[in-house]
Amino acid sequence: MTAVAGRHGAAFRWTRFGVLVLFVVVFLVPIYVLLVTSFKPLTEADPGQAWNLPRTWTVEAWRVAWEKLAPGLWNSVLLAVPGSLLSCALGSMNGYVLSKWRFPGADVLFTLFLFGMFIPYQGVMIPLVQLLVRLNELTGLDGVFYGGIPGLVLAHVVYGIPICTLIFRNYYVTIPDQLIEAARVDGAGMLRAYRSVVLPVSGPAIAVVIIWQFTSLWNDFLFAVFLTGPTSWPATVMLNNIAGAQATPYSQQMAAAVLASIPTMVIYVLLGRFFMRGLMAGALKG
Amino acid sequence: MRRVRAWLPGLLLVAPSIIAIGVFVYGMLGWNFQLAMTDKHSEVAEGTFVGPRNFIDIWDQPRWHLSVNHTIVFTIVFVLGALLLGWLLAFLMEKGIRGEGTFRAVYLFPMAISFVATGIVWRWLMNSGTGERAVGLNRLLGYLGLPEWHWFRDQDWGMAAMALPAIWQMSGYIMALFLAGFRGVPEELREAARVDGCGEWRVYRYVVLPMLRPVLLSALIILGHISLKVFDLIVAVSGKQIITDVPAVFMWVAVFDSHDPAKGATIASYIVVSVAIFVIPYLIWSVRKERRS
Repeated sequence: MTAVAGRHGAAFRWTRFGVLVLFVVVFLVPIYVLLVTSFKPLTEADPGQAWNLPRTWTVEAWRVAWEKLAPGLWNSVLLAVPGSLLSCALGSMNGYVLSKWRFPGADVLFTLFLFGMFIPYQGVMIPLVQLLVRLNELTGLDGVFYGGIPGLVLAHVVYGIPICTLIFRNYYVTIPDQLIEAARVDGAGMLRAYRSVVLPVSGPAIAVVIIWQFTSLWNDFLFAVFLTGPTSWPATVMLNNIAGAQATPYSQQMAAAVLASIPTMVIYVLLGRFFMRGLMAGALKG
Repeated sequence: MRRVRAWLPGLLLVAPSIIAIGVFVYGMLGWNFQLAMTDKHSEVAEGTFVGPRNFIDIWDQPRWHLSVNHTIVFTIVFVLGALLLGWLLAFLMEKGIRGEGTFRAVYLFPMAISFVATGIVWRWLMNSGTGERAVGLNRLLGYLGLPEWHWFRDQDWGMAAMALPAIWQMSGYIMALFLAGFRGVPEELREAARVDGCGEWRVYRYVVLPMLRPVLLSALIILGHISLKVFDLIVAVSGKQIITDVPAVFMWVAVFDSHDPAKGATIASYIVVSVAIFVIPYLIWSVRKERRS
């Protein structure tokens, strides 16, 4: 009896393993296409060889794609690095107050914040454009708020407040209240308690938030397409323009797509654990 | 007074964020809604209040009907597809398997890439060329002797094809959610049911599945709100083509090509309402649940 069950168990285990491996192959197909196509010379671009490995490997497409995409990549760095740091600072302060220094109505406020996480940004886009245009006129800084990186950073930082606050709040809830109390008894005010008790243990939450925000800022297309212009296009918009042009060969499109994805892929490979936690926070699980 | 002194500093520290969310989220949602109620159909127009007329008139436009129908097809295929695939992967991995870390890493990595980048590959994969000109999946189907398809250019089921890249991108996430859910079921509960004479299937059906309901709900909310506002993916795969038009793309066209702010705001309002209808009850429910525990 047990032997039969055991054999069934083994068969089930192998089927299970086989199905999972099959899906690994399916999931990797687009990556195969990206890499293989990007290394092909133009002479091998005919449909008959679509799935073949390149006969002669060349980085020509990569070189051209890099030339076209480099300004966008740089804009994305200027967007994603300050943007994620600012989001992190705001999220940490909010999370600290909403978990350890609560005021009347804090719960309602938190719920109102959370809705900001789910709103389709289309619903604020037209007024946002109008406001940023107005800010350009008022400050006399043409192409800074609307059509510039600072405006895009502003938008991302503001609309990133809900998720960043959520991640920090859920993390800080796990710090025992007694630690804060002890600091207060020693005469520490709110900010001192933050600096001496909370901040030193914030490492993991900071990593989660920075990785989360960096990835979403780097990959954003919607805000960028509405708020930026040719000189401030980040990599996603530039990539879409390159790929949308009829004349761009597939090899260059694919090489550009890989180039634009390298930073977030590297982060995912090196720091996947933190990336995962950000995703779980997005699911509203404490 | 002492109590006020106790919480006032906290409120002050959060004040900038409260103002920002108040202005940029709620203020602008209101502003957008108000704009949708005007006749500002060109950028220079004054824009006088016309009530809900725009919300009614848009139903006279064939393109709006198309984009709504497209969203419905896309949502059904995408949400069901990602749920089923995510659940299947989690189910297969639930009891632990050799190389679990690698499997998880592969299934989840599409989440780290932008829809714009993956859209480029999927446009190639789902190229509608056939026969000699077939590339991508049609070429593979040709090798296998299977009928070719027009994929996202198919008149009726194009949006179902459009859901494939979205399923590819999001099912790993759903897998991770379900896996966490599976692992959250205490082993003692399953053991107790087994002792009571339940077979594995019944243990699964009556003990494990009911405990996955909150996860299922979160997954539905996440997939649903992504689906209703889908934009990047559509633009990357097919651009502004009517054949794959959705409200978010239609809104983009209304703003930048038709230069009609009121129309753009109307479409945007519809997107917001369609998401809010199920997200607001969910948020209230989950905050209440958290407070109870």
